[in-house]
Order: sequence, then structure tokens, then C-alpha cells
Amino acid sequence: MSVTVKIPTQLRAATGGQAELEVAGSTVGEVLDAVFETHDGLRERITQDGDLRRFVNVYVSGEDIRFQDGLATQIDDGAEVTILPAVAGG
Amino acid sequence: MAIENLKCKECGATYDLGAHFACENCFGPLEVAYDFSGLDPQETKRKIQAGSQGIWRYADFLPFEGRPGDPLEPGLTPLLRADRLAERLGLDAELWIKNDAANPTHSFKDRVVAVAVAKAQELGFDTVACASTGNLANAVAAHAAAAGLSSYVFVPANLEEQKLLATGIYGTNLVGVRGNYDDVNRLCTQLAETRPWAFVNVNLRPYYAEGSKTLAYETAEQLGWKLPDRVVCPIASGSLFTKVGRGFQEWLDIGLLEGEQPVFNGAQAQGCSPVATAFAEGWDVCKPQRPDTIAKSLAIGDPADGPYAVDQARRTEGSIDSVTDDEIRDGISLLAETTGIFTETAGGVTIGVLAKLAERGAIGVGERVVVYITGEGLKTLDATRDRFQMLEIDPDLESFESEFAQEVTA
Repeated sequence: MSVTVKIPTQLRAATGGQAELEVAGSTVGEVLDAVFETHDGLRERITQDGDLRRFVNVYVSGEDIRFQDGLATQIDDGAEVTILPAVAGG
Repeated sequence: MAIENLKCKECGATYDLGAHFACENCFGPLEVAYDFSGLDPQETKRKIQAGSQGIWRYADFLPFEGRPGDPLEPGLTPLLRADRLAERLGLDAELWIKNDAANPTHSFKDRVVAVAVAKAQELGFDTVACASTGNLANAVAAHAAAAGLSSYVFVPANLEEQKLLATGIYGTNLVGVRGNYDDVNRLCTQLAETRPWAFVNVNLRPYYAEGSKTLAYETAEQLGWKLPDRVVCPIASGSLFTKVGRGFQEWLDIGLLEGEQPVFNGAQAQGCSPVATAFAEGWDVCKPQRPDTIAKSLAIGDPADGPYAVDQARRTEGSIDSVTDDEIRDGISLLAETTGIFTETAGGVTIGVLAKLAERGAIGVGERVVVYITGEGLKTLDATRDRFQMLEIDPDLESFESEFAQEVTA
């Protein structure tokens, strides 16, 4: 199952400047593992002790995965996974 | 020079003073780092007192070399004793209201936006933008107009009409997004990657957030260079709450103030209370919520500074409470009836939490308490509907006398 992962500017040093990666996986966790396999530098930037760091937000087709099943959130073929830093405002 | 670099609050990595907001190593938020070691407290105090009548009197503590030009300078808002409010709440305390609705666009957001717009100009941006729950939109549109910059403001499309009208009038590009604030925020974070704009609360956020420190400085100066014992402050993203703490700490560190940090009590609406929930549950992260409250200016379901706000409340032995929509409306009425200050729903949240603290005996006898009122009641008029009645009469004495029979005095 092919999924597009959007990489924010802050992480592109670890992807050789690539803004999008195409990987396979049926859950967010599998997709991220597939990303880490080819770009190992991303693993420690995004995760800590196997979980997402607290200022990392991940969206599946625009929906925050914390409103779904977290890393176990299912992904449909052709879906888009977006990684973004958490930002405050108001 | 006092301003040094941008520093990650999580891992301590440092970055140059550009338009960055997240750490490349751990995604932690970046914050402006200073070196205040060269500041003499007495000399600094004199300089502040001789300064402008607004936030730029504190320019030595803001992220600039020197004082930037600012045609719409906010700040030095009234700090008022609220004895009648204290009495109504049964408090034997020294209660103060910091009325930050008395700013150019009627909310504390003028402070952060003045700093962000000045920084945007310094960094060479010609367009400023923001993701907003309303007050920030007002401020960005106005300050951009005053500075001659173009602006784009993004808000949830279902915002209070007063806030939309009070924003569009400045000639901004007003964009209503079909979604809640967190959707707007995500969209703006994505747009900040492709548009060469200064998003005041995204890529300029480290500078923007510094503006909130001026609320702490003013409070201390207006109290005669003294700290309050306790502050009650609303929490949306948690940025204001934590920066007020940072402001007090900086002045403690350089010897401008003596004593210790006040107790920090945070205020949220029950319909959007991710930070209050994290505090109550003992979590060090905030679980996001889908907001459903009349306090739209506080309706951030995914508050990025929430963990730091929780930490600050715990460290100062304070708390973070939440109140219902009815308690918010009661809070607005109570403040208006006892102080003559008409606040928006966020202020109703803050007064509602103050009432809760009073009721459970959290506020000690003689304590000096400062309550932050961050916005203006005219922006959320719907919240006051049906809370009182207007009597309609004919234009003659009989009609009036029949409604208001004069009391017979001996």
C-alpha cells in the first residue's frame, strides 16, 4: 500500500532535502518505520522510547492521529501522512 | 548585547535569530535567549521609568537591539483595585484587575503582535499573517495597517461576528476556514513552508511570545516594583501563562524584584480544557480536545505550550481549573457589576475560576492577587444576551412612575 509522507522543512536535512517520501504501510506506525528504514536520522528526531515526541504532530489526510488510534491508526491506499511541529497561537 | 540566539526549550540546541520556531533535532519550541548579566538593576529601573508610555519602555527585555518604531504602541494598561469584587467573593484579600482590554485593538494580543510585526519588518518581510481565534486577527490586521504591511489572517469561519467585523475593517485579507482553530493552525503551519510571509504565531512565534512578558513587567512596576502573591490567568495555548512567569523570573534574576514567583492559577473553559485536564490527571502532555465552548478566544484544543503551563502551575503550587459556559456568563456579569469592566468570554472564564478559588478557600487572608483580563466584552456580545431586561415605557411621567414608584421618605 503506497502512502505519501510529507516532511516539514525542519526535517529535510535528514531526507536530503526531499519534501515528500513514498513508502508502504497500513498503519501510521508501519509507515513511520518504513521512513526510518531509509532515513534513519529521522527516527530520533521524531520519536523517543518508541513513541512520538511531545511536540510532534502527525496527521492522516488532515486529521490528527491523537483523535484516532495514534500510531495504530489505519491508512487507506493513496492517503497522505503529514508530520508537523506543534505550534501554539491564539 | 542582551539578545543572544534562539534556544530549544526541550534539548537546548541553539539557532540564529531568524524566522525559525521548531528545533530540527527534537521539534521542541524555540525561545529567545538573552544575557542580562550586564544590566544594573537601579540603572535599568531609571531607564524604564524614563521610557515610553507602553511596552517599549521594556525594550531591554525584548528581542531587539534598541527600540523599534511602533506607530500603535500597546501596553501600560490600568491595574485597578477591585475591593467590591473581593467583597462579593467573600475574600479578605488585596485584589487587583489588570485590564488588558485597554489596548489598541482591545486585547492583550496587541502586545505580542507589536513585537512580532516589528521583528517581521526587521527581518525584511512585507506580509504578515496569523492563525487566530479572533483577538489575534484583530491585532494583526490593525498593526499591519499601521506599519504599512499587507496581511492575511486565518480564523475559524464560525467566529463571533463582532470579531470578524473588527478585523476586516483594517483592509486585511480575512480568510474564514471551515474548521476549528486547530485546523486553522495546521493549515497555517503548512502555508508558512511555502509562502514568504511572517506568520506571527508560527515562524515568528519565538519573538511574538516574548511580548506577553510585558504583562508581568507592568504588573510589578504598577505594584511599586513588587510581586503579587498570586496571579489568575486564562490559558488557551499556554503561552501567555508561561511568559508572565518568565517575565517575573527575569526581573527576579537581575535583582529588579525580590521574593519568589507568585502562585499561578490557570483558567480554562470546561468545553475546551486540555490543560486543566492534564493538570488534574497528573499528565505531562495534553491530550487534544475538540472545543465546544462560548469562550472561543480560548478554544485551542491542542495547546502547544500546555505542558509548560502545567509545569508552572505545579511548580508554584497553583492549579488549573475550568468553568462551564454558565459560569463564564456569570463571571462576565460579576466583573461588570463590581468593577465597571466589561470583558469578553475569556475574562468570564478567568473570573469564574477566581470565584472557584475563593469558594474553596484557596486564597489566603491579605494575599495580593492579580487577575488578568485579556479582552473586551464588546467583541462577544452574544454572551450577555438575556441576562437582563430593558423596561420600555411611554415618554411621560406616569408611565415612568408606574414602573418605578418612588419610595416615600419620612
